[in-house]
Amino acid sequence: MAAVLTRNIVKTFADVAAVNGISLNVPDGEFMVLLGPSGCGKTTFLRIICGLEQQTSGDLLIGGNVVNDIPPRARGVAMMFQSYGLYPHYTVRNNIAFPLRTQRVSRDEIKKKVEWASQLLGIDHLLDRRPRQLSGGERQRVALARALVREPTALLLDEPLSNLDAKLRTSARQEIKNFQQRVHLTTIHVTHDQVEAMGMGDRIAVIDHGRVRQVGTPTEIYQNPADLFVATFVGAPPMNIVTRNGGGYLGFRPENLLPRRMIEDDAATEFSFRVDRSEYLGSERIVYGVIDGYESKQPITAKLPPAHVAEDSIRPGEWHEFAVKNSALRHFDSSGRHRTRN
Amino acid sequence: MAVIAEPVAKPVSRFHFIFDRRGVFEAVLVAPAILYVLLLVGLPLLLAIYYSLSAYTIYNPTWKFVGLANFEQILQDPTFFDTLRNTFVFTFGSQLLGLVLGKFGAFLLLRPFRGRKIVRALIILPFAVPVALATIAWQWMFDSLYSVINWTLIASGILTREQAPNWLGNPHLAMLCIVIINAWRFFPFAIVIFLAGITAVPQDVIDAATVDGAGFWRRNYQIILPMILPIMAIGLIFGIVFTFTDLSIVFLLTMGGPGGATSVLGFAGFQTGIVSGDVAHGAAISLFMLPVLLVVVVFMLRFIRRREI
Amino acid sequence: MSRFVARSARETGFFLGIAFFVILAAFPFYWMVITAFKQNSDLYNIANTPFWFNEPPTLDHIKYLFSQTLFTRWLLNSLIIGLCVTAITLLTAVPAGYSLARMTSRRGEALGIFIFLTYLVPPTLLFLPLSRIIAELGLQNSMWSLVLVYPTFTIPFCSWLLMGFFKALPVEIEEAAIVDGCSLFGAFIKMAVPLSVPAILTVVIFTFTLTLQEFVYALTFVSSSDQKPITLGVSTDLIRGDVFFWGEIMAGALIAAIPVAIAYNLFLDRFIAGITGGAVK
Repeated sequence: MAAVLTRNIVKTFADVAAVNGISLNVPDGEFMVLLGPSGCGKTTFLRIICGLEQQTSGDLLIGGNVVNDIPPRARGVAMMFQSYGLYPHYTVRNNIAFPLRTQRVSRDEIKKKVEWASQLLGIDHLLDRRPRQLSGGERQRVALARALVREPTALLLDEPLSNLDAKLRTSARQEIKNFQQRVHLTTIHVTHDQVEAMGMGDRIAVIDHGRVRQVGTPTEIYQNPADLFVATFVGAPPMNIVTRNGGGYLGFRPENLLPRRMIEDDAATEFSFRVDRSEYLGSERIVYGVIDGYESKQPITAKLPPAHVAEDSIRPGEWHEFAVKNSALRHFDSSGRHRTRN
Repeated sequence: MAVIAEPVAKPVSRFHFIFDRRGVFEAVLVAPAILYVLLLVGLPLLLAIYYSLSAYTIYNPTWKFVGLANFEQILQDPTFFDTLRNTFVFTFGSQLLGLVLGKFGAFLLLRPFRGRKIVRALIILPFAVPVALATIAWQWMFDSLYSVINWTLIASGILTREQAPNWLGNPHLAMLCIVIINAWRFFPFAIVIFLAGITAVPQDVIDAATVDGAGFWRRNYQIILPMILPIMAIGLIFGIVFTFTDLSIVFLLTMGGPGGATSVLGFAGFQTGIVSGDVAHGAAISLFMLPVLLVVVVFMLRFIRRREI
Repeated sequence: MSRFVARSARETGFFLGIAFFVILAAFPFYWMVITAFKQNSDLYNIANTPFWFNEPPTLDHIKYLFSQTLFTRWLLNSLIIGLCVTAITLLTAVPAGYSLARMTSRRGEALGIFIFLTYLVPPTLLFLPLSRIIAELGLQNSMWSLVLVYPTFTIPFCSWLLMGFFKALPVEIEEAAIVDGCSLFGAFIKMAVPLSVPAILTVVIFTFTLTLQEFVYALTFVSSSDQKPITLGVSTDLIRGDVFFWGEIMAGALIAAIPVAIAYNLFLDRFIAGITGGAVK
């Protein structure tokens, strides 16, 4: 296990920069999530870390050693691929043993380690099967066992949950996270799914157009987005962004836009909100509309607790007095950067 | 943040880092094939071109450069134009006949019926069997005395024994024979290509056309045919290249005869260059295939490109 | 009722069409079989119906073929040529096909097309210079000249065919192996090669059949009877004087043709996929 550190990594494909200067520090044992839309360069960055791609410039350090020119096999990292990349012509046992074989570990040692890893993941009854005879969840565990068996310096996960159905995904998320905490393994997980990122990451790095927009804990990312991109990429529905009169932008989360009467705090900014449409989602009600005096590219959304707001009290076409607590307002300058003070 | 130095697997000398560069690795893997082809196709091709511009014969192996003299001499020879014409008749006659047979055959084989697999296997035979062996079977069938074709014609009363043709002895019939044999050899290929093309047309496209009111002919000629055109063209290109440059059927069946009536480019090149030993003229004759090949290659490239777009 | 008539007319037409094609395609082979097993007295009697045995069938021609001619030698030659050419082809075309499939640049694509186009350069254009190269190497009139020359068309064909198969193989498996500690070469040998065994088998079969089918180079480079491959031997060497011994010739052709025909039928679809460069999905 080791820390992963990158310094200004750049990767260009035919003059197009896929990764445009990423500097990231993942301390030993941290679960770091790289979150971003598809094509933002996060997978390329991950492939640079494991050595499947060579960076155009910049330094990569694993465990304090510069590994820029070291081939993948000598980096000691493990990777779990999107569709797992299990070896179809090997049994589960040989799949798990493979990374040890390439390191020329002795036969007895291999046997012991395969047993250890398969018991840890509860797949010791599947050892003689082949990958195509396994279910999606079982395949994932085999891939995880294969990644762990040689005690890698770091574990890289390339959207390994995207092939699972919604139900399985939740439990798989849990499983990987529990597991990572137990073995305290440096992990870098790439995803475009913000729920996955928020739920699993110790810290999240939000990436767009080959650059890191913000690194922080899930709370920091959600509460204090560094710029408009992070603000609108994280959260569903995303943060409302309106143009401010004095230049720059004002942002607030939909759950903070509430009817005036529900906010007891006096330090609040009031808005006249015209309701256009309302969706009832069981645990919440999403209301879409516009607010008077502010411009916004997207419809303004408010997320209301249905228990407190009766259905017939807010109807399309009506104007209502809404407000946001001042402490929940976020200010951005005209270039989209966050401003701590007004 | 302090980064703890971990004993990462150390780069040891047994790792050949040069082969870890993808570019190097890929080049090394592809090199033997490329070299083989360059040395034994590229080099001979250049050599052939040089021979055609020299006075090289096996009796007098000289590299003397004579310019286009060989070509001039060939073009003054009237039999060469017969050879050229024969080659075109042979190529396009047999490809056309093969294509027509192939289209009908594919049309029949499209329908599922009992024993279709066996029928298909039997119909493939002409293309599967080595052409030299098939040709001698045909030679036996065209035999001047024991021809089974003539026997059948006589037995069914179409011809009398006196009228029975000497297939390989008559210039026109001999040309017909080599065209038939080559068409016979290629039509199974045409069938398979047609079938592969048609089954590759997505069923929903055909369904959509049917729903839009396209009848049988319209479906066939405005939907399916344009969609299978590229693959048909590739098949036809193969047929043309291999027929245009072939000599085995002519060599075994007619030896270019009677009276040069079935002499084709490949055969003439062989006779002049190998049998008579006049390498320079033989090479020059063979090189007349090159323009046709170039045209074909250009078509081929276009189709390959289109496929990948 | 009229609908029934029309239907049966159509059915009849359909099966007549099928019958026409089957007879057209298979009759020469039927004719080979009949000839190979007929007694000479039956064969050369125009009064007899030629389509069936008028006298009891005989194995004389086949016995003669194996005892009095170089037939077994030709079979052996073809086998040796086939094996050597297959080995050369596999050693060059498997890595080449893999490399071409994994090259991401435009140059890789161009290289693939270049290799494929060399397959279209015909023997009749190359046999003159090649015969000189062969003479320089001291291989004239030897079957080893064919071992040298046949890969010029099997390598392009098989590289192209294999490229298609390797392209269909998920890259992830090799990448997993690379991260798990393999070199690029290790991933190729341990992952790509075992996973493409069916494709490699196809290549073996086709290399073999292509060498058996070849005629022009064999005719040009080999003239001693004992060096000839089977196709050339049967079609040019069984004529004594200028008399054709059709029984023996047809028996020889039949024996040589059967394995090729069977192999072709089994692997036809892959062959078509290869020859059309994967244009058929």
